[in-house]
Amino acid sequence: MYKQVNQKAWLLVLPVVVLVAFNAIIPLMTVVNYSVQETFGDNVFFWAGVDWFQQILNSPRFHDALLRQLLFSAIILAIEVPLGLIIALAMPRKGIGVSICLILMALPLLIPWNVVGAMWNIFALPEIGLLGKGLNNLGFDYNYTRQPVTAWFTTVLMDVWHWTSLVVLLCYAGLVSIPDDYYRAAKIDGASAWAVFRYIQLPKLKRVLTIAVLLRFMDSFMIYTEVKVLTGGGPGNATTFLSIDLDKMALGQFDLGPAAAMSLIYFLIILLLSWLFYTLMMRNEAQ
Amino acid sequence: MQGTSLIAWMAWTWQTAAFFAFIIACLIAMTVWELRRPGGGPRRGILGLDTTRGDRLFISLLGAAYIFLAWLGFVGTPLWAPLGLSFAYAFVIFRWA
Repeated sequence: MYKQVNQKAWLLVLPVVVLVAFNAIIPLMTVVNYSVQETFGDNVFFWAGVDWFQQILNSPRFHDALLRQLLFSAIILAIEVPLGLIIALAMPRKGIGVSICLILMALPLLIPWNVVGAMWNIFALPEIGLLGKGLNNLGFDYNYTRQPVTAWFTTVLMDVWHWTSLVVLLCYAGLVSIPDDYYRAAKIDGASAWAVFRYIQLPKLKRVLTIAVLLRFMDSFMIYTEVKVLTGGGPGNATTFLSIDLDKMALGQFDLGPAAAMSLIYFLIILLLSWLFYTLMMRNEAQ
Repeated sequence: MQGTSLIAWMAWTWQTAAFFAFIIACLIAMTVWELRRPGGGPRRGILGLDTTRGDRLFISLLGAAYIFLAWLGFVGTPLWAPLGLSFAYAFVIFRWA
C-alpha cells in the first residue's frame, strides 16, 4: 500500500518561506555583497576582495570587543544559571504563592529592552538614581559613567535583573514536572535534601538547564539594546561589546564594508556556538 | 552590477553571485540525493555524532568558513590553499563523519 503524498502542503509553507527570505536571506546576501566592497554612498561600490575580513581578523579593536563579549557572557552564565536554579527551588509548589511568584518572575521579561536600559540608566545615576546615590551615600565611590568597573557592575546587575527570571521559569517548569513518586521513594530511603537535589532534581533538570544555558549564552552574546541605552559602550570602550562595536562601525563611522565583514564573522561565531550547544543538547537527550 | 534597478541596493558582484549559486546548487544536489535515496543516510562516524547528509553538509560548510577565516587571519591571500583544504575537509566529513 502506497502512502499518498500531498504536494499542496508546500503552499502552506510558502508564506513562511517568503517571510524568511525577506527578513533573513535577502539581508544576509546583501551583507555578504557589502563585505567584499567599499562604498562612499549613492549606490556606488568598489571591489575590495577579502581585505575587510583580513583587517577585522587582525584588528586589536575586534579582539578586545570579542574578549569583552566572551567575558560578559561567562559572568552572566556564572551568576544567572545558579541563581535562577536556587530561586526556582525556593519557590512554592502550591497555593496562592505560586501565582504571585510566577507573575513577579515574569514582570522583568515583559519590559521592552530599551526601557530596561533607560530604567537602569536613571536608577544608577550617581547624582539622582536610587542605586547610584544610595551607594555613594554608603561610602562607595560609584559612578558608572566614568569608572569601567562600576560600568561593568551596573551592566551585569541590569542583565541579571532582566534575565534571571527566564532561568527561574525554565527551572521551575522542570521541577514541577518531576513526578511525586521520586520524592516519595527518596523519603522512604531517608534521603537528605542535598541527595534529593543531587540525584533526582539535578538529573531531571539537565535538559531545561541546557536550554537555559543555550538561551542565556546566545542572548548575552548578542546583547545590544540595554547596553546601548545604559552606557553606550563606555566609559571609553569599557562596555563596547561586539554588537556595540558593530553599531559604531556601521552607523557611527559608516564603514559599511568592514562592518559587513565583522557582522559575518560575528554571525559565524554565533552559528558555531549554537550548533555546539544544540549538538550537546541532542546528545544529552539521546543518552 | 550597479545602476538604478530594483536590486541595485544589494550591490551584487559576480563573485558573490557565484558563491550563492554554489550554495543553492549544493541544496538542489542534496534534494535530488534525498529523493533518490530517502532517509538522509544517518550514521555515527569519526565525530562521534549521529549525522545525516544534511548535517554533514552543514558541518562541511561551517568548517570551510572557519578554514577560510583562519587562513585569512594567520596567513593572508591568495586563498587557493584554504579552498583545497575545505574540499578535502568536506570529503572527509561526507565519507567518514
